[in-house]
Amino acid sequence: MMTNDLILRVVTKWLSPIIILFALYVQFHGDYSPGGGFQAGVIFSTAILLYALTYGLDAALKVIPETALRVAASFGVLLYGGVGVVSMLLGGNFLNYSVLADTPLAGQHIGIIVIELGVGITVAAVMILLFFTFSRRVDPE
Amino acid sequence: MSLMLNLVLLVFLLVMAIAVLKTKHLFAMAMLFGLYSLLVAGLFVVLDAPDVAFTEAAVGTGISTVLMLVTLASIKDGHEAVSSTKRKIGPLIICLVMGGLLIFGTHDIAKLGEIHSPPNDQVAAYYITQGQAETGVPNLVTAVLASYRGFDTLGEVTVVLTAGIGVLLLLGQRRKIHVKKRGQTHDDQ
Repeated sequence: MMTNDLILRVVTKWLSPIIILFALYVQFHGDYSPGGGFQAGVIFSTAILLYALTYGLDAALKVIPETALRVAASFGVLLYGGVGVVSMLLGGNFLNYSVLADTPLAGQHIGIIVIELGVGITVAAVMILLFFTFSRRVDPE
Repeated sequence: MSLMLNLVLLVFLLVMAIAVLKTKHLFAMAMLFGLYSLLVAGLFVVLDAPDVAFTEAAVGTGISTVLMLVTLASIKDGHEAVSSTKRKIGPLIICLVMGGLLIFGTHDIAKLGEIHSPPNDQVAAYYITQGQAETGVPNLVTAVLASYRGFDTLGEVTVVLTAGIGVLLLLGQRRKIHVKKRGQTHDDQ
């Protein structure tokens, strides 16, 4: 699961931050262009996957420890559900973002950004976790 | 132009599907499956559904291909699919009946882009006319997914989390379970 190819290593080092930047763009620009939390989460996870494929699983685990991933995966869903509960506490229905701010439009905007963030965090964490769990079973040989 | 694109993509899709069936090498199968997803993503772009194409390209071509390759790497023996040459009539009949039913079912689907089909007439028309005024989000797909259908999306995220928990429960333990080779008895374990 690890390569000593110099070209691959250099390209990965250059490419990973760009992929992460693109994932953040897709995440937070999803209101205006194609994309959203799900796509952003998957793209973010591909950056870590690329890193793990080139530098090995241990190096990738140093970047993102597995415990953090487990917490993040649950935190995303909690964030999403939390928005729903907060909107209930503020007097609206479950997941009715209009009550989150002074005007309904501003509330919708906040609600959509926060829940998309929750989706993105959960999807990215679960995808990386899946990859780590699978690749741990590969024999080093 | 669009017709040409559709034709090329669909023909390649068919070729890819048959190639996946015909190849016996699992590594090649995984790569072909990734290509198949990429072609489907291209079709979605032609159908003006960039959000879906985005997901298909990222998940189908990217993540699932890598996961399949990792799975193949973790299996030592068995990179060749074993298939018996004996022809079975039962599965063929089931496939034919199922395919026939699906084709029969497509007759009730509204034509592509039909303005007066029930979904376009009622709920989609509401989203298009009122969506931006109510949510303030220019991308209608995001408005529908995140706001109008917030419940569905919450369900989807929960499904993703549940899938992750399931995989962790099955494969997460440090102790590696060795799959028995053929011909070995239980005593070897």
